[in-house]
Amino acid sequence: MSQPVVEPQPAKAAPPAFESWGRYPKYNAKIVPLNWQSDFPSVMTGLHGGALPVGLGRSYGDVCLLKDGNLLQTTGMDRMLDFDPETGILTAEAGVSLAKVLDFAVPRGFFLPVTPGTKYVTLGGAIANDIHGKNHEAAGSFGNHVPSFELVRSDGSRRICSPNQNADWFAATIGGMGLTGVITWAQLRLRPIVSRKIDYEGIQFHGIDEFLDLKQRYQDVEYTVSWVDCASTGRNFARGIFMLGEHSKVPGKLKPSSEPKLAFPFDLPGFALNYTTVSLFNSLFFHKQIKAHVKTVEDYEPFFYPLDAVLHWNRMYGKRGLVQFQYAIPWEHAKEGTIEILREIAKSGLASFLAVLKAFGEIPSLGTMSFPQAGIMLALDFPIKPDLTFPLLKRLGDMTVEFGGRLYSAKDAAMTPAQFQAFYPHWQRFAQYRDPLLNSSFWQRVTGGKSTL
Amino acid sequence: MSTLATQPVAAAILVDPNLKIAKKILVLGATSGIAEATCRIWAAEGAQLFLVARNAEKLAAVAADLKLRGAAYVGTAVADLDDTDKHAELLTHAVNSLTGMDIAFLAHGILGDQARGEQDFEHAAQIVYTNFMAPVSLLTWLANYCLQRHAGVIAVLSSVAGERGRKSNYVYGSSKAGLTAFLSGLRNRVDHEGVTVITIKPGPVKTSMTAGMKGAEKFADVNKVAATIVKAIDRRVDTLYVPFLFLPIMFIVRHIPERIFKKLNL
Repeated sequence: MSQPVVEPQPAKAAPPAFESWGRYPKYNAKIVPLNWQSDFPSVMTGLHGGALPVGLGRSYGDVCLLKDGNLLQTTGMDRMLDFDPETGILTAEAGVSLAKVLDFAVPRGFFLPVTPGTKYVTLGGAIANDIHGKNHEAAGSFGNHVPSFELVRSDGSRRICSPNQNADWFAATIGGMGLTGVITWAQLRLRPIVSRKIDYEGIQFHGIDEFLDLKQRYQDVEYTVSWVDCASTGRNFARGIFMLGEHSKVPGKLKPSSEPKLAFPFDLPGFALNYTTVSLFNSLFFHKQIKAHVKTVEDYEPFFYPLDAVLHWNRMYGKRGLVQFQYAIPWEHAKEGTIEILREIAKSGLASFLAVLKAFGEIPSLGTMSFPQAGIMLALDFPIKPDLTFPLLKRLGDMTVEFGGRLYSAKDAAMTPAQFQAFYPHWQRFAQYRDPLLNSSFWQRVTGGKSTL
Repeated sequence: MSTLATQPVAAAILVDPNLKIAKKILVLGATSGIAEATCRIWAAEGAQLFLVARNAEKLAAVAADLKLRGAAYVGTAVADLDDTDKHAELLTHAVNSLTGMDIAFLAHGILGDQARGEQDFEHAAQIVYTNFMAPVSLLTWLANYCLQRHAGVIAVLSSVAGERGRKSNYVYGSSKAGLTAFLSGLRNRVDHEGVTVITIKPGPVKTSMTAGMKGAEKFADVNKVAATIVKAIDRRVDTLYVPFLFLPIMFIVRHIPERIFKKLNL
């Protein structure tokens, strides 16, 4: 062990070089770029404090942070290596963004098999968090579409992992939060499309029963998601818009997307988002769709990535940032759990912008630590009000445990070790696959585990 | 329109200025950050590329990527460009593989370690050899090849560091100063023969070469630098400062009187 180096504290701390999307918590770390598949583990020589592979920092809490450690940023490792138009299988380095994958795939008549709500995530990050999309019922999560990848460990060993080869490493790495090693390249099975367009329908609903009816009625539609107003109580409790989409079957132009032009220019002051402004926003959104039922054809960009049109939208929450809360509760308690939790949120007055409500399907995820499970999923943001937000999150986490659900590590900044271990009962089995030199602030928080460096 | 459609293809190329013929481009040091970003633009334009780099694994990844991004052809050769004895063979193979050459892009080089170079002549000599001697050998062959054909663009990455020696990187800087002077003379020799020599002087750019350097987060974006380089080559400029701001900055740096300059902490 080397002597700890005491560094003088600057009067005003500079913002950390790497922030998660929620901008909370903020930890200093050293960024070490991985530009080549051979860079890891050689870059580890002389580094102290452990390391964590990271991509574009779109996860919200501390799953992509390592306090006083080294963040191995993979975004320079962004080469596409092979594409087979017969099978749709793309092989690419792990740091390539899904935006770049789309730029490549769409003009060739292909699309992501599963896409999150932002395209600014890396391929490696999508695997490490086993992300899901609006088509979970039809497609499962991201890992279900990854035929194989290479995992490199800090001891220099390299493994090709697939459901048949090194299957245990495959299962540990999908949803493994970057802790099992560095993914250098991965394969992704793209799906064919004939148009950029999405046949879209939006339907207003009032209450969870109406939501469940709609879910049942449209269970054959590929993409479904709902936005629900969780600031309202009484008559408007759990009102929302049920949104459906399918890739248009009418052949159309397959141009790549243009670069976003808008960027949120500065941090809003902390008081800008309060109960009144958020309620107003939610009302406006609900009534933007004046008719109870809308049918239209739109481009895939606003359908899948409405917030990507404004870069750095997280600045809206100011310097203090935001926390996300996202659960998946199995069907057994899904309805009562959702109603109780929405009530608790509305009662708290810590209004959120619209929350995302969705049913998860039956296709099992392949990762030991994957989040999705059949049932209801709810996701929402909270502005950080230290005295109020964290006690609320503790209550909501406990309620999620009680209803047999789990929270999403990639969106979390608050779950307790007891909650985590209840959500992910296989965590100790997973821990055996963690690379001894890799760690994250999330992992340290929920396990009490310390870096072995 | 209908008359045009009946013309043979060669005539259509003459008639339509927008119809681009695939450029044949030789890239030396193709795995360098600036070279790779530049090649991505050329690949998207459907260029034919021949890539030379030292590390086979890195070169293979870059080549596969450029092919998928649209390059009409990607040939590769693994070579240590310090090995000047092999240059003629290597360059012959490259232009044969491309069946010609419109552009040669020299992008290899090392930053080296200034502090080490101050103590260790071997290291200083290595920096000068890789950044100056090896390009001189390559440029001599390439210039004569282009002269025979009265055509061709030779674009070379020098550096703003070659404008004036500073204590923080004068070994690297002097190697680039030599290169800049050589290119200026070469241009003077070949320009009237229809051969273009372009001296590219990048300021600090965010690449793996500069990773970890102080202030690296403020360095120029490599993709923007690459786009500027592609445009400058199309326009056949003589010298290019990129980002453009370095033109006035280096003007000032060059004109500070030495009695003041020597006291500055640069």
